[in-house]
Amino acid sequence: MLKTITFSAAALAVAILGLIAFELARGSRLAFHKFGLGFITSQTWDAIHNQFGALSLIAGTAVTAILAIVVATPLAIAIALFLTELAPKPLRALLGALVEMLAAIPSVILGLWGILVLGPFVQNQLEPFLNSTLGFLPFFRGPPSPTGILTAVLILTIMVVPIIASVTRELFTTVPVELREGALALGATRWEMVCGVLLPAARPGILAAVVLGLGRAVGEAIAVTLVIGSQIGIHLSLFGHSDTLASRIAGQYQGASTNLQVSSLVYLATILLVISLAVNIGAQLLIKPIDRRPRRRRIALDRALEAQGLSAD
Amino acid sequence: MGEPAFSLKATGRLRRRQLVNKGMGALAVGAALLAVAVLAIVVISVGSRGAGSLNLAFFTQNQAQGFNPKGGGVLFAIVGSAMLVGIATLIALPLGVLIAIYISELAPPRLARVGRMALDISNGIPTIVVGIFVFTILVAAHGQSAFAGSIALAIIMLPLIARATEEVLLLVPSSQREASLALGVSRWRTTVQVVIPSALGGIFTGTTLAIARVAGETAPLLFLTSLGTSSTADANPFHPLQSLTLVIFSYSEQADPAYQSKAWAAAFTLMCFVLFTSLAAKLTLARYRKKLGG
Amino acid sequence: MEAIKTKIEVADKSSLPTANEREAVFEARDLAVLYGDQLAIAGVNIDIYQRLITALIGPSGCGKSTFLRTLNRMNDLIPTASIRGELRYRDIDLYGPGVDAVEVRRRVGMVFQKPNPFHSSIYDNVAYGMRILGMKKDLSERVEKALRRAALWDEVKDRLKDSALGLSGGQQQRLCIARAIAVEPEVILFDEPASALDPISTSAIEDLMHELKRDYTLVIVTHNMQQAARVADLTAFFGLEVKSDGNRYGVLVEYDETEKIFTNPSDKRTEGYVTGRFG
Repeated sequence: MLKTITFSAAALAVAILGLIAFELARGSRLAFHKFGLGFITSQTWDAIHNQFGALSLIAGTAVTAILAIVVATPLAIAIALFLTELAPKPLRALLGALVEMLAAIPSVILGLWGILVLGPFVQNQLEPFLNSTLGFLPFFRGPPSPTGILTAVLILTIMVVPIIASVTRELFTTVPVELREGALALGATRWEMVCGVLLPAARPGILAAVVLGLGRAVGEAIAVTLVIGSQIGIHLSLFGHSDTLASRIAGQYQGASTNLQVSSLVYLATILLVISLAVNIGAQLLIKPIDRRPRRRRIALDRALEAQGLSAD
Repeated sequence: MGEPAFSLKATGRLRRRQLVNKGMGALAVGAALLAVAVLAIVVISVGSRGAGSLNLAFFTQNQAQGFNPKGGGVLFAIVGSAMLVGIATLIALPLGVLIAIYISELAPPRLARVGRMALDISNGIPTIVVGIFVFTILVAAHGQSAFAGSIALAIIMLPLIARATEEVLLLVPSSQREASLALGVSRWRTTVQVVIPSALGGIFTGTTLAIARVAGETAPLLFLTSLGTSSTADANPFHPLQSLTLVIFSYSEQADPAYQSKAWAAAFTLMCFVLFTSLAAKLTLARYRKKLGG
Repeated sequence: MEAIKTKIEVADKSSLPTANEREAVFEARDLAVLYGDQLAIAGVNIDIYQRLITALIGPSGCGKSTFLRTLNRMNDLIPTASIRGELRYRDIDLYGPGVDAVEVRRRVGMVFQKPNPFHSSIYDNVAYGMRILGMKKDLSERVEKALRRAALWDEVKDRLKDSALGLSGGQQQRLCIARAIAVEPEVILFDEPASALDPISTSAIEDLMHELKRDYTLVIVTHNMQQAARVADLTAFFGLEVKSDGNRYGVLVEYDETEKIFTNPSDKRTEGYVTGRFG
């Protein structure tokens, strides 16, 4: 009897997944009939003329998420290395907990901090600095602003670093000490040991963590919508305003007036769902080779991933 | 013996290698310091700006009505958030535990894998998409309500609780199960009376972590309960109720500094709750794992 | 003292150089190792000689591995470890100021109890040390030379790119030896090198050690007295002492030619150990 009850619960969970996909598709139908797949390639988002398109938002999502990962990954790996190799033993747990606390901060609070504290800093210090040093590149031109792609990338980086760092750190601790000593006994410096033994051993797990961080960055709505400027249009400057799929949905919640606009927002949600599912499944495929490895590593990875309670706001 | 023909000091190439080694070490230290610094900056920013605006009125009054935002507090928002999270927990906890029991104890291996994959996928769905989903099935027809918000939060909590429960179920030594089964106790009674009591601690902390997670969620609630601004006391879950996170969100978009300081105060309150709960749950979980020899 | 009866057969040591012909590679004077303030080994005075095999034997916990690890400064990896006294390598204070442990470890290699090849190809395992040192020229030839010296070449020459983890235990251990040899050390330390292997692989490793002796100085820790008797030219017996507060630490009891240790030891404690009365 227990089996039936628990099986129903599990079946319900799986059913909800299917239901989500189904309902989203259904909600997009109106917009899909009007715009078809051209929705994905159209940059317009005009509520007045009832013309909507996702391209600008897809570009914004891609740019912010990828840039955040590019900045966050080396930082996160460095932090994980510090925690496993360099930090004095008594401090390790404490510092590790501090890094994880960064992930626990609700995104709305990070968004608030982003506009009111980080924003002015970006506008008054960071962007002018980048302009004066790297202004020859098209990415660092334009009027400084507290909101925009740069601020959004910084906020996303803050969210993603603890995810990648925690998982990487768990992976590093599962590498057996004999392997480490073997490299050191050959006359390797600690860094050479890290490059030759630690990083190669942890590589698939790090990749999976990065992909999961990517999923987080792609799905983040609240913090991004507060700091990105909510503008349509693709341009090169990082100082400029932009918008992402999740952020646009969040931003238009009050204003959607016509059914077509609502349906377009649901269409955006569908595209977002497809992208995050692709990313999530990609991560699962990357974890597969780890399942064949020693049980210790699999448990550590599972634990680290679960500890992140990964999802997005 | 005479003069040694060589020295063991670092020269030439080794010296360069040691410099690289030290450089990389410095970068690692720098990265860690940066992370801690950012955490400190955020917490201190919120604390310094938020704590100053806290007073008794803040916690005992509803939002100020009308155009003058001076005065007023977040009482209704706290009540609303509590309802939202509370009902979500009531839904997600039993479901999550049941799913975990099925996957770890009763399912054939192939179905167990499907189940785990489904949980992992659910974990990766952006919360705003969950909000849209619940909107289309509930709100479109029946209007906004806290209940709809709870459903969305429950969907988010489900994989977290299920995973945490599964982990502690696996930690329960099989010797306990086997002893019970050997005595002739049925499978289901073994699970309910032997396995689950041992796992209770872990289930409790896993649920607490999930609560800390969803207490900070804003996106799913945007469409589901944002219209809760009634001026009379309301705790009916089938009406839209306020949420602390939505208050922070809407106040932070205002240019008026009076609203902003309220936003900081609310953020400080929320942050204290979330950080404290997360930390406590994680510490308990770590100790629990050690006890079960995880 | 009259010769004692042990079941241990000592191999022929007639080729052993006399005391005058031997050249010391390591000289330890009153060497002690502490973990925090707990003594681990104390008052070790020993000379390790060039191109000979020296075995360290003794009961568990007597500190023979600890002593071995002082020779290549691997104890540095343990934060609470510290030494007293002096250890000289070719007349250089091994723990003196300015001495780089990384350089020490290149000259004094180590093979561990459990074979620990890296999770990469056989080729990359052997090449790892050389790449770090910048020995990029003729890498393949050097790899081959090291594998030949470790008596592994013929078994792996057709599958150098295969994962090292696919080798048997004995082969993996020989791979670790090849890897250590590749960086051209002077000394090779063996920490119970065959205790994780089957008898045939053990025998192969022991034969290899006889070969290696021609070019390298070997120091071996072993709990297998038969192995020490077969392989070692000189043997050092470490015993256990107990301080008044219950702290157990190791001391060097006797150090002499292997034949003498096993047939006519000077110290009663040595006699007790090798005749199997304890330890």
